Amino acid sequence: MSEINGSLTGAQSLIKSLEAAGVEHIFGIPGGAILPAYDPLMDSTIRHILVRHEQGAGHAAQGYAAATGRVGVCMATSGPGATNLVTPIADAHMDSVPMVAVTGQVGVDMIGTDAFQEADIRGITMPITKHNFLVTDPRDIPVKIAEAFHIASTGRPGPVLVDVAKSALQATTTFQWPSELYLPGYRPVTKPHAKQIREAARLLLESRKPVLYVGGGTIRSRAHRELAALATLTGIPVVTTLMARGAFPDSHPQHLGMPGMHGTVAAVAALQKSDLIISLGARFDDRVTGNLDSFAPHAKVIHADIDPAEIGKNRHADVPIVGDIREVLTDLIAVLQTEADAGHTGDYEAWVQFCAGVKKTYPLGYDKPAEGLSPQYVIERLGTIAGPEAIYTSGVGQHQMWAAQFIGYEHPNTWINSGGLGTMGFSVPSAMGAKVGRPDATVWSIDGDGCFQMTNQELATCAMEDIPIKVAVINNESLGMVRQWQTLFYNERYSNTNLQRKGGPVRIPDFVKLADAYGCVGLACDSPADVDATIEKAMEINDVPVVVDFRVHRDAMVWPMVAAGTSNDDIKYARDLAPKFDEDDL
Amino acid sequence: MSPATTSTRHTLSVLVEDKPGVLARIAGLFSRRGFNIESLAVGPTEHPDVSRMTIVVNVEDSPLEQVTKQLNKLVEVIKIVELEPAASVQRELMLVKVAATPETRGQVLDTVQIFRAKVIDVAPDAVTIQITGNAGKLADFLRVLEPFGIRELVQSGMVAIGRGSRSISERTTRPVAVPAPPAAS
Repeated sequence: MSEINGSLTGAQSLIKSLEAAGVEHIFGIPGGAILPAYDPLMDSTIRHILVRHEQGAGHAAQGYAAATGRVGVCMATSGPGATNLVTPIADAHMDSVPMVAVTGQVGVDMIGTDAFQEADIRGITMPITKHNFLVTDPRDIPVKIAEAFHIASTGRPGPVLVDVAKSALQATTTFQWPSELYLPGYRPVTKPHAKQIREAARLLLESRKPVLYVGGGTIRSRAHRELAALATLTGIPVVTTLMARGAFPDSHPQHLGMPGMHGTVAAVAALQKSDLIISLGARFDDRVTGNLDSFAPHAKVIHADIDPAEIGKNRHADVPIVGDIREVLTDLIAVLQTEADAGHTGDYEAWVQFCAGVKKTYPLGYDKPAEGLSPQYVIERLGTIAGPEAIYTSGVGQHQMWAAQFIGYEHPNTWINSGGLGTMGFSVPSAMGAKVGRPDATVWSIDGDGCFQMTNQELATCAMEDIPIKVAVINNESLGMVRQWQTLFYNERYSNTNLQRKGGPVRIPDFVKLADAYGCVGLACDSPADVDATIEKAMEINDVPVVVDFRVHRDAMVWPMVAAGTSNDDIKYARDLAPKFDEDDL
Repeated sequence: MSPATTSTRHTLSVLVEDKPGVLARIAGLFSRRGFNIESLAVGPTEHPDVSRMTIVVNVEDSPLEQVTKQLNKLVEVIKIVELEPAASVQRELMLVKVAATPETRGQVLDTVQIFRAKVIDVAPDAVTIQITGNAGKLADFLRVLEPFGIRELVQSGMVAIGRGSRSISERTTRPVAVPAPPAAS
């Protein structure tokens, strides 16, 4: 297996390399330039899932990776096949998803001639990949595939693209899986500096109002157990960002919820009023900080991240710690435990009470409409009935925020969404990938009617390939989040956000019929009284994909909200309602 | 050049793997992050697999740190060193074609002498001069030549090297062990 001399094609070498790298599933579509690779794929142990659009392949690979922690793999042909992968690659880059994209390229003699289906995908994806390769020599295939998987999965994970010329796939070559890789410029630091850990511990013990600001890096480094241990040891309040939902149980009393533009009042207030932020694999994104100058003005910052470029990028770090979050937490816990054994612990009592008070006074909530179905209610019930063992994916917009807010997450890798790039259409294909990676888990794709129409062609893949996902379309007949901004900031002038003809005799499209046409079960629900029964019915169908069209009222808005570019201090709990804090106790 | 502008000029020596596309990757990074390259020079080094880029950028210290960190993330970038002006020598190469009539030729050649430049090509009505030095010297040279009539000039990016006996390219290129195939979880 590890060495074959002669009498094998580059295509065979490619498939052998993918097998050697541990690949079990590939999402892709064949085409001219990648065609040679699809022949040996037929005899491989790897299961190839034929999708309907390359974007679906990319998001499926992301969902697979996010659900399992393993590298997701997608494959496409040259030119348009490759350019269709650009959005998922950029998405994976923003959200640090380990992914390898293999693309065919025109033959080496044709490169640069504007040949049929030629696109410089390596050049195109340079700014949105962690690294990428163009392979023209068939002997390089095993090494480049090994390097791609190594780079994608280590350090700060990310997408790596391997573009292979058709001529290299067709040529006869030798296969040798490398035992060592030569990457002189790639050495991610995982072990944190002991001095920085001691300094962090000192600040922690000195502070009176600390917050654990937990980001997606905590999930990628599988550090949820260590996070729970640190939280328990210190009693410090925890906030989990959009990318970190599930890293810390929502049921835990120290959990204040999600910070940011649509975060809880308690999480936003805790960051704003803290004197110490312990950032764990988070990156002070604008959606979390709001106006940067007024973000957490009194807080010192301990910033731990595996990527040194994130530290100090947006917010000055008083204690920078470069390292893998799990190792950072392990070392920090050891130092704090020693201090605790010597009788040194932090005094956070007043602060913890303040945070708990805000959490109690300003819980997440929503107004139920006089008539019609409330989208928040649907999502809340879905989370309760499907439970915390299920995996939830979402698209981007209001339904995404509600899914982040109203489903109780207890485990990492159960909430999968497009956080950084904000890719509408992420939900259905990522749910497909998650279900392939975790076939025993219930996978719910929570989607908006706008998002759903961007990628629902993958329902055909799910039906054909026995990937029984469940889709909850939160159908408000509009591009809801944009509509919300138009309501709030554009005098209710709803320019191009309406997706349905008002009072029309037919729904365009009818999602129940659409589901039926794709070989899925289609259900519809438009009344609060039917929500539980509809979800339960969907939960009972496990042999085919299910699509539930939840016809919700369109004026629901996501609250709380920090308007874009404004200060977190100006958070609104509901429209025109600012929370008031009693800070006398602090 | 005023002190205010000199304080934001930084010279980076970047050791990179000599692979196709590495220049595009680095140039793309600078433009994507909004940094303007003042000058860039690339060439081989004492190690056959390693190229060295000398990049002059005009940025404040804090964005410089960010661009350095982003550069370091590129897999093909091996090492980045900022060369302080006082602790390094910097040279640029300029070829300049100057009008030189029988009347002015003597004065032009005098200027060449004074600046320790070199005539590398002669035509009946022009000479081509090669000069090396730092940016200040080259600017001074041009100012003196200007009255004679500059027909054409071409200039290299700056190259720079640290003073003293130390080398920035001491090899740190041990192979990295390939990861075992990931186990199913």
